[in-house]
Amino acid sequence: MIELNLELNAIYVIVARELKKFLREKSRFIASLARPLIWLFMVGAGLSRIVSPRAGMPYTQFIFPGILGMTILFSSIFSSISVIWDKEFGFLKEILVAPVSRSSIVIGKALSGTVVSFIQAAIILLFFPLLGMHLTLGQVMLALFISAAVAFSISAFGIVLASFYESYESFSVIMNFIIMPMFFLSGAMYPVRLLQTPLRVAASVNPLTYGIDAIKNALFTAGQGPMGPDFSLGLDIGVVLASSVLFVVLASRFFERRA
Amino acid sequence: MPVIQVEHLVKRFGPITAVNDISFDVEEGSIFGFLGPNGAGKTTTISILCTLLSPTSGRAVVNGYDCRLEPQKVRKSIGIVFQDTTLDKDLTAYENLAFHAYIYGVKKSEVRRRAEDALSFVGLTDRKDDLVKRFSGGMKRRLEVARGLMHQPKVLFLDEPTLGLDPQSRSNLWEAIIELPEKHGMTVFMTTHYMEEAEVCGRLAIIDHGKIIARGSPEEMKGIIGGDVVYIKTRNNLKAKEEIKEALGMTAEEKDGELFLTVENAEASIPPLIRAIAETALSVRIERPTLNDVFLKLTGKEIRREEAGGADTIREEIRAWRRKH
Repeated sequence: MIELNLELNAIYVIVARELKKFLREKSRFIASLARPLIWLFMVGAGLSRIVSPRAGMPYTQFIFPGILGMTILFSSIFSSISVIWDKEFGFLKEILVAPVSRSSIVIGKALSGTVVSFIQAAIILLFFPLLGMHLTLGQVMLALFISAAVAFSISAFGIVLASFYESYESFSVIMNFIIMPMFFLSGAMYPVRLLQTPLRVAASVNPLTYGIDAIKNALFTAGQGPMGPDFSLGLDIGVVLASSVLFVVLASRFFERRA
Repeated sequence: MPVIQVEHLVKRFGPITAVNDISFDVEEGSIFGFLGPNGAGKTTTISILCTLLSPTSGRAVVNGYDCRLEPQKVRKSIGIVFQDTTLDKDLTAYENLAFHAYIYGVKKSEVRRRAEDALSFVGLTDRKDDLVKRFSGGMKRRLEVARGLMHQPKVLFLDEPTLGLDPQSRSNLWEAIIELPEKHGMTVFMTTHYMEEAEVCGRLAIIDHGKIIARGSPEEMKGIIGGDVVYIKTRNNLKAKEEIKEALGMTAEEKDGELFLTVENAEASIPPLIRAIAETALSVRIERPTLNDVFLKLTGKEIRREEAGGADTIREEIRAWRRKH
């Protein structure tokens, strides 16, 4: 019943559209790189003066995985939220009346966010020598792979969010009540195990926590004590993949219901 | 075999019944006009036929596929031009067409040729690589029609295709639309507020308050009015009335200082009429019933679009109801 070729074509063309628009808007691209760099070299550098480098890791190195996570979080959510724009400007209808399954539309949209986020995260990752880090090629490759997986999961989450909202006026709600708490309760700025219990519980149900922790596992070498990863790499990747599946299924169901 | 079959279709949004038990068929290769005041249920019906909404009860079949059970196959069979633009303004005209072609599974080697054909069909060849955000309203509409042709659908749905266009763009677009059945073998299903467009449709249906209140060809529709109307200006209405009564056995009525008569065939009635009132007549004019007269008689409303009328209110109500559920 489902023609695989047609579905793959649809996914491809949805991604191609997003990428084309992304590359066309140079200012959006540059702005999206500016935010993580400001955090890394201003906020991070500033805070490193008052955070004692326990276990021999400077704070700027500690937040590097978190900043990669932030890059992915913002750009994935921004990309997926474009579903709301598409709804507002009508283009979503054009996609919804196309003869493709709702899941392909969701996967296509999630992959769009993934590609755009991945490009940005990869660029930020290249800044590691400036932080005095020494990484092997294997570590960089692993971090890139994890970034792609996290980007997919967060993008799919963004589509679930977008399916709740009719207009982009709701964007500030999403920004303040979802994106910011997700970022600050993800272990990006401080190790999860050092948080007070309620915050630690909140952080442990946040998928981004595991994504950032996976990047920590990839980039930090053994023995960082309290600054090191909170969970095992296996658990991290398991949660990231499981949440991706969950969000794609949820988003497809929301799309199906509208149709 | 009709290409669209609608049987006892009902769509409710909570307490609001937008479509109330309608049935009709559309023959393949025809232009079918769907008329009705704002908020009558036109867009809801189109949305069901396009699989964007599922019916509360009843059945809609397009190209042999049930809209509820086989939505993918229905979607593949149809092209749609919505009332509001659904183009991506940040892409070029060609990119919009190519996106559409790919998502409908048109072969890669075919895309360029079809896009060029479609653009030339609607007269946008020279704007191929321009961003859609620089297009006028008329150009956007034409591009949407072109896009609807890319996957060579069996049925093209047009929801108010010429609404809000200047007369020039309207007639350009309209010329393209009426060629579709012959040139592309398509069936056109359209809603419109313009009478001259409705006149060209092979069949019409008028919907009001979610019910179909009349169906037929434009000529059959006008039959509802019951003939032509002859208006006569005279020097002396009273005297003329008597003369008409005496010669033709008919009673003329008076409106705004003019006499008028409803006759079956105006051409045949005029010579004896003129003979009868040769002394008093000043001028004679004939009015054939327009679809607007039919519409007015059936719905009590002018067909012209009212300002922010019923449709918006109903859409708002539906939206509010959806938010709650």
